[in-house]
Amino acid sequence: MTRMPPPVLSTLPIRRSEDVVKVRQEVRARAVQAGLGLVDQTKIITAASELARNALEYGGGGEAAVEVIQETTRRGVRITFTDQGPGIPDIEQALRDGFTSGKGMGLGLGGAKRLSSEFHLHSVPGQGTRVTIARWK
Amino acid sequence: MERIPILKIGPALLVTIQVDMHDELALTLEEDLTNRIVATGAKGVLIDISGLEIVDSFIGRMLANIASVSRMLDAETVVVGMRPAVAITLVELGLSLPGVRTALNAERGMALIAARLADLAQDDAPDADDEDAAPGA
Repeated sequence: MTRMPPPVLSTLPIRRSEDVVKVRQEVRARAVQAGLGLVDQTKIITAASELARNALEYGGGGEAAVEVIQETTRRGVRITFTDQGPGIPDIEQALRDGFTSGKGMGLGLGGAKRLSSEFHLHSVPGQGTRVTIARWK
Repeated sequence: MERIPILKIGPALLVTIQVDMHDELALTLEEDLTNRIVATGAKGVLIDISGLEIVDSFIGRMLANIASVSRMLDAETVVVGMRPAVAITLVELGLSLPGVRTALNAERGMALIAARLADLAQDDAPDADDEDAAPGA
């Protein structure tokens, strides 16, 4: 008899600002599941909130895939944000604090990077952006 | 429509944020508070964020805006109850909330507002103040 493993990946749409709240809640649940401490939980939820809002504001909406990740000796949580928006023409500039093309404070991308243990950004102008962040226990 | 309640306690307004706010709800609170300051002539605004698991750049900006706007309307804002993990995360995010007064808890925050009111009362009555200061003169 095999027991079903708990689901490790959930994909959430980001279409309205309420969806950003749902992403935060899902990331929190997964971070708890991965055994992250309170400060690490708070950091990765905050980073996810910034990136979900970016996907909504600049990417015209998109989705977030949230998963618990497991390596031999450690566990963590990983979130991948995808949008089909205009993309980021100058990534270095976009990562700089204070840079904003919208109504934010310009802390979103750089701040999310600082709050994550892993950060990968892939963007093709005219096609969209994908940002992956992770935080390990 | 969903709203964060604003209570009037003496010369101060009290807001306790207990839900994970989406962005529009935060903007509504900012506007409601501004209107209530004018309508009530409140001299202080106490915002209790002890229920908030995260403060991202959007909520941080809302708090900074409320502090600035209330100052222009002759009211002082004190943010109380920030969780330690939230403080650590905000600093790493790059948001140190300049211009926002904080206190550890609601009691200390109320004391700050009461102290300001006492100062204002003194400024309004300089003659009475002089007599108090030198009763034997």
